[in-house]
Amino acid sequence: MTDLTGRTEDAAPPAEVPEMELFHAHSFLTKYVFCQDAKVIAIQYAGTAIAIGLVALVLSWVIRIQLAFPGAVALIDAKVYYQAVTMHGMIMVVYMLTAIFLGGFGNYLIPLMVGARDMVFPFVNMLSYWVYLLATLVLAASYFAPGGPSGAGWTLYPPQSILTGTPGYDYGIVMMLASLILFIVGFTMGGLNYVVTVLQARTRGMTLMRMPLTVWGIFAAAVMALLAFPGLFVACVMLLLDRTLGTSFFMPAIVEFGEHKAYVGGSPILFQHLFWFFGHPEVYIVALPAFGIVSDLISVHARKNIFGYRMMVWAIIAIGVLSMVVWGHHMYVSGMDPLFGFFFAVTTLAIAVPTALKVYNWVITLWRADISFTTPMLFALGFLVTFVNGGLTGLYLGNVIVDVPLSATLFVVAHFHMVMGIAPVLVIFGAIYHWYPKITGRMMDETLGKVHFWITFLGAYAIFFPMHYLGVLGVPRRFYELGETAFVPDSAHLLNVSITVLALVVGFAQAIFFYNLFTSLKRGKPAGGNPWRAASLEWQTPETPPGHGNWGDEPPIVYRWAYAYSVPGAPEDYIPQNEPPIRGELSS
Amino acid sequence: MSVMGLLFVVIASIAATWLWRQGVLQAPWLQEGEVAAYSGRAVAPPPAAKVGLGVFLAVAACVFSLMTAAYFMRQSSPDWRTPPMPGVLLLNTLTLIASSVTIQMAHFAAMQGARERLEAWLVASAALSLLFVMGQLWAWRELIAAGVYAAGNPANAFFYLLTGAHGLHLIGGLVAMAGAIGKVRDQQRTPESLASSVELCAIYWHFLLFVWLLLFLMLTGRADALGAICRRILS
Repeated sequence: MTDLTGRTEDAAPPAEVPEMELFHAHSFLTKYVFCQDAKVIAIQYAGTAIAIGLVALVLSWVIRIQLAFPGAVALIDAKVYYQAVTMHGMIMVVYMLTAIFLGGFGNYLIPLMVGARDMVFPFVNMLSYWVYLLATLVLAASYFAPGGPSGAGWTLYPPQSILTGTPGYDYGIVMMLASLILFIVGFTMGGLNYVVTVLQARTRGMTLMRMPLTVWGIFAAAVMALLAFPGLFVACVMLLLDRTLGTSFFMPAIVEFGEHKAYVGGSPILFQHLFWFFGHPEVYIVALPAFGIVSDLISVHARKNIFGYRMMVWAIIAIGVLSMVVWGHHMYVSGMDPLFGFFFAVTTLAIAVPTALKVYNWVITLWRADISFTTPMLFALGFLVTFVNGGLTGLYLGNVIVDVPLSATLFVVAHFHMVMGIAPVLVIFGAIYHWYPKITGRMMDETLGKVHFWITFLGAYAIFFPMHYLGVLGVPRRFYELGETAFVPDSAHLLNVSITVLALVVGFAQAIFFYNLFTSLKRGKPAGGNPWRAASLEWQTPETPPGHGNWGDEPPIVYRWAYAYSVPGAPEDYIPQNEPPIRGELSS
Repeated sequence: MSVMGLLFVVIASIAATWLWRQGVLQAPWLQEGEVAAYSGRAVAPPPAAKVGLGVFLAVAACVFSLMTAAYFMRQSSPDWRTPPMPGVLLLNTLTLIASSVTIQMAHFAAMQGARERLEAWLVASAALSLLFVMGQLWAWRELIAAGVYAAGNPANAFFYLLTGAHGLHLIGGLVAMAGAIGKVRDQQRTPESLASSVELCAIYWHFLLFVWLLLFLMLTGRADALGAICRRILS
């Protein structure tokens, strides 16, 4: 290693970009509503995503009540049930999870963590949020359109999604497709920002391999999303043309209610290819930011550097690349060529390698660490076990021969709720508890946080563990009513009732979180600039909450990676990234 | 799907080279505050807008490749009837090539700081592009007059979809070009800022020309012949 000579500033490379000119808000409207500051846009994104997510939560109760007490609530008929299933899935996957991780955490954390003043294209960034809001409103408005929203299932498979028998044929499906197209346009604007900001606006000394893993996760997810969302875009445009102009991209010749439709020779399988070309990377678009955030939470709250940083970065890249070539495992039951099935099974199982590597590294980071069981840490640990759980059932389903009998059962529902429902949501909660002090300047209540964690964590297991069992019994998913089925024992119904009761309890218990979130704004303990004594750059801002432009007069200079915890010989148990090295400290 | 495969190989190799040059092989915990790792760059990094355009082109390439992949998958069904191609398409292709050439001339003029020539070339390029869009609409009209409707046959539907998507991209580009012309008229702009915004337009135009040439070959059925030649070379 080189010894440092001269001024400490010389130890960092020169800035890659000149100082950017910021847009300065002059009125209330431009400061809080049509704002170009990434931090405000982040709050707007997260607020909208959580609000629409709560709608989806209520819809999940509709589904559960019908499954446990069929026909007990007269309001829930088959049409309402299928609409609830469709909207719940679509909102949670696209409008909630994708938006909150990339639009919410991405906007807040990327500029702060790489030491930028703002995103590189602030105006486009603002536009991105407003288009996203419009997409959300169009989707929500379909509940008020004649015939209600689409009930085609969240995958919108043609031909049934655009036939008259499906709920929401008149307006619902058209609004759904239009809303998705808007979402993708809005997301592309945001995604360009996230990617180019990481590429171009890193501060002096912030090399790629000094970025916190959170930024790596969000960056990789944004790249994947930019490449995968076009699949959904093309599918939506073509399906919309099939529905409105009567083209036959996806629609085969079909007889409906004894009447020959004008469609000829379209290919429904083509839609599935396009949809899952987006659909599978989507899982990792949600998972990679979660991976990154968890790495940071574990490292900070265990006071240890993340184990195998380089491998963690490579694993993120490997998962990103592999996930683009596994979409076929969603189509094992579509009558695909066994050779293709084999290819997709192999790539699917191969993803387990980098993923397992990440899990090992998290566990080794925790090994003999000085763990403090704060609320964010509890959520991170909760994620760890939940993700392993959901990942293992993923290995089951990745095998063609196991997937075929299980594909239409609740086992699949349990699997994906564990791996991409509960696990990312635990990370979202953990991340909110972790970064809330930076965003508001006040701490959230720890006791309430812990109560919230245990109810959510144990509750989620009590809901989804038995669901695996129901799936193995053969209880089908998607069905409105089971009716008389010889192979489903009565005890299964009892289990269904218990799942529903728990789902209601856990759902209502989220009120604790919202109570904590809002009361802490005023009454929370003042946090100071760096309450977790974290090393990464976002905790070193001159003001808390960070002011407009983030860094005061001079942007920070970075001298080391983001994981300098418990360094032997250092005065504190962490060294901030922007702390200049002491002369002679480095000479070896 | 081989179309997608090809695109991803291209994108992945660009990304891999870049990651390599950015040092993903470094061990960050060893290189605290080190000077030696930064030997300094010989060239200035590209401006953010150019990188942003590059990323956007990757997204647009993805959209067109997926449509192309769908085209080839759908083409194999027995009811496929390729519609008669209006002769005006060839003329349109020549117009778009001319537009691409003129915008390149505009870029050269911008680099030399010749404002009048720059403006003239830019306006010529915009006019040619408009002509192209009108020509495409003319082709649609001819087809509709001949009874070739989108709902009639998947081949027709794909023709309208692909030409429509390409046309919309070009119209979006025209909006950006109008902005660039406005900048040229604004005397306060420095020649450097003009050159960079004209360069962005030029890159986008060449991309759209490239996409159109591939689409043209594919839609007129010449792609199959091209594929056959490629296969013969490879085997």
